[in-house]
Amino acid sequence: MKLDVSKPLLDLNDRLAAKNRALFDEHGIFVLDMLASPGAGKTSTILATIKQLRDRFRIAVIEGDIASDVDSQRIKEQGIPAVQINTGGACHLESKMIAKALDVLDLCALDLIIIENVGNLVCPTDFYLGEDAKVMILSVPEGHDKPLKYPGIFQVSSAIILNKIDTMTVFDFDERAFRASVAQLNPRATIFPVSATTGQGIDLWTQWLANRIETGSKVTK
Amino acid sequence: MHEFSLMQSVLNDVEASARDAGAERVTEIKLVVGEMREVVFEAMEFAFEALAPHTLSEHAQLTMRTVKPRSRCSQCGDDFEHDRFHWSCPTCDSLATELVAGKELYIDTIEVDLAK
Repeated sequence: MKLDVSKPLLDLNDRLAAKNRALFDEHGIFVLDMLASPGAGKTSTILATIKQLRDRFRIAVIEGDIASDVDSQRIKEQGIPAVQINTGGACHLESKMIAKALDVLDLCALDLIIIENVGNLVCPTDFYLGEDAKVMILSVPEGHDKPLKYPGIFQVSSAIILNKIDTMTVFDFDERAFRASVAQLNPRATIFPVSATTGQGIDLWTQWLANRIETGSKVTK
Repeated sequence: MHEFSLMQSVLNDVEASARDAGAERVTEIKLVVGEMREVVFEAMEFAFEALAPHTLSEHAQLTMRTVKPRSRCSQCGDDFEHDRFHWSCPTCDSLATELVAGKELYIDTIEVDLAK
């Protein structure tokens, strides 16, 4: 006998994500899901972002890693609340993990939550966590050809941060070719060339983010 | 790797549908996946082999129908098929296009044997 199931594979994840979303809306919190490969500079970029925006917004970070609390410690050292999720081998975060992390954050005292997803250019792409925007970081040493190899992640990202631009000459990175392939895949994405460690370009990126936070969180506290 | 978590949800939903119908085994599971998704059939099969034992789906045949991406141009209204990389309008070169197909990711139908 044939049964018509017609059920989305991500149904459960999406339903839990909608619950997260409702919580964010209730508290007027803007949520960013940061995607990148391991070593692209996610934590450094988050730290540079915090440095620029901490006087304007109350920020917390959810750190997703397979193991260890190295990243959340770096955030906490700055006096910013951070929750570490250890996925224990899973290659991406799912909305139920975020729901758990939200239990330990004081949502009434936040304007912005930055989720640092597990370092991976494939797996987190299709998982909605309830965020306002996914933003990916590509670092110069990874090469300008990455949009051709990992199209999905470039397509779901609202903005693309090109990190480590201070190493551009060393790695023979062709920024023009990179921009051309991104434009083909996702013409609406803004590209922000930055160096998280020198601070170069961070102001333009944080300006974009601040605008999104201000227009995105309409709920007043 | 994330195919494991997708396959787990397939098996949970298939199990629930099959039990609701009073089935004693599932013989076929048909999935529909758009090419704009990060889903590899071989990885889904591998996850299926690892996760299906001791469920009603243990001996089921897994199939996956892929859907080609299609977009509609907001400028000239053209409706066109494309690959994963190029979705600018072939008629007027506009980049203002809306994806209308290619993001599918669902269990379509299953075939079951009812308990006698």
